[in-house]
Amino acid sequence: MYDRIFPPKKLVLPNGKVVLEKKSRTPMVMLLILFGIVLSIELTGFDLMQLLKRWKEFFVIVDQMIPPKWSHFEQIWEPLMDTIKMSLLGSLLGALAAVPVAYFASSNIVKNKAINGTARVLLSLLRTLPSLVSALIATFVFGLGTFAGTVAIFLFTLSYVGKLLYEQIENVSMESFEAMESLGLTKMQAFQQAIIPEVLPNYLSTALFCFEGNVRYAAILGYVGAGGIGILLNEGLGWRDYASVGMILFVLAITVFLIETVSEYFRKKLI
Amino acid sequence: MNHIERKLAAAPKNYTYILFITLIVTGLFVWSATAVNVNGIEVSGLAIAKSIVSGIFTPDLELLLSFNTQGVAYLLVETIAIAFLGTLIGSILAIPLAFLSASNIVPKPIAFVTRLFLIFIRTVPALVYGLMFIRVTGPGPFAGVLTIGLTSIGMLAKLYVDAIENLDTSILESLTSIGCTTFEKIRYGIIPQLISMFLSIMIYRFDINLRDASVLGLVGAGGIGAPLIFAMNAYRWNEVGSILVGLIILILIVEFVSNKLRSKLING
Repeated sequence: MYDRIFPPKKLVLPNGKVVLEKKSRTPMVMLLILFGIVLSIELTGFDLMQLLKRWKEFFVIVDQMIPPKWSHFEQIWEPLMDTIKMSLLGSLLGALAAVPVAYFASSNIVKNKAINGTARVLLSLLRTLPSLVSALIATFVFGLGTFAGTVAIFLFTLSYVGKLLYEQIENVSMESFEAMESLGLTKMQAFQQAIIPEVLPNYLSTALFCFEGNVRYAAILGYVGAGGIGILLNEGLGWRDYASVGMILFVLAITVFLIETVSEYFRKKLI
Repeated sequence: MNHIERKLAAAPKNYTYILFITLIVTGLFVWSATAVNVNGIEVSGLAIAKSIVSGIFTPDLELLLSFNTQGVAYLLVETIAIAFLGTLIGSILAIPLAFLSASNIVPKPIAFVTRLFLIFIRTVPALVYGLMFIRVTGPGPFAGVLTIGLTSIGMLAKLYVDAIENLDTSILESLTSIGCTTFEKIRYGIIPQLISMFLSIMIYRFDINLRDASVLGLVGAGGIGAPLIFAMNAYRWNEVGSILVGLIILILIVEFVSNKLRSKLING
């Protein structure tokens, strides 16, 4: 299509061969991106002058956060633990629930297009919803509190780990699986003996990675009432008590850093 | 005892190790289960779940398709615009930071300090940035753009660094050997190696930013989040349904397109 509007340049090589040099697509892509930028600036009311004039306002809050209110720590401790527990439980159950779903989604194990399709659609539908939105829905269904947050994290982990796991299962070489089936093992037994040992390190590493991210997500789930440290964050922001917010963010940064370091160590060991 | 049985018997037995790990995981599980209180569940929850599902299947079509400033279609386009502009700002800001934290380009201490700075930017939740930017710009999509831009920096820089550290330096050496200037080395030796990786990373982040932009509305930073929470608090489930349907369809389409583009960029 593009080549017909802008015909490719013809080059004749010294040996008489004719080579077509296609016109570069970069100008068209650039034009499209430029159009997108102009449209987005129009839609979002982007205003550089305002930014240059008022950027100092951004640091007003930062300024009030320092120094953080150290005494706030006692109130933070329990919600912080709640946040970690929420993400731990959600990630654990989600990663476990991902195994059967991934089993049904992988086309080399279950040879039924309808079952594969259903499992995959389920995974991608769950993945599309931002976890804050699913937490919002969960608070309406399960009431305010940590349970709603756990459900949101469970659903996110299920979809994320499930997708990566079924892709790994599909990439496993099938020889040992087939050999075991030919020996008379059932499909379940062969899956357990041939596939699981191969995907296990990757699966555990994905689950750990997901847990890392979940701690970060769980911190804001409280914003919609789904339990954890986000409730305090919401309160502090609502009352403009920015020193407490600073303390919460400080504690959160340390926690996330510790969890990331530990989990990164284990992930490196696994692979 | 035949050969196979002997092999089986010789297999390493790490029962204590497995038992130990299982104990730890079970302990963590029990510990974490203490946080969950199921008292909050009411019978009305089931009815609400039912209305949400029925709302998704019978969405408010008028709202879904109308293109005035209240319609879902307009809000979705606004969300895309926020994510697009934010990704662009973030990816431009991330480039110098990425070069500053690549340990094969700058000295180790500078790289370490930049990395710490990036970790700190990454830990502050997007909603907090949103509130800070609202002070600068007032509520609206502009605040959303700036928030998305700032929050993308952390991950973008981290992924950029991986690409930079994997640069094939032998190309640069051969360019030096045929007498290229520094500028030519950057133009023909470095940029072609990095650009497709960087573009692919940007498109990946755009995918994530679209989801983030859709929740920023909760703090008043534009996009589709605010109408969603208003509709839920008012128990207007048909409206909730139409917003969710719009969001799901949009994200699925964007994910599909971005996967196609990225595999084209990387595999040529």
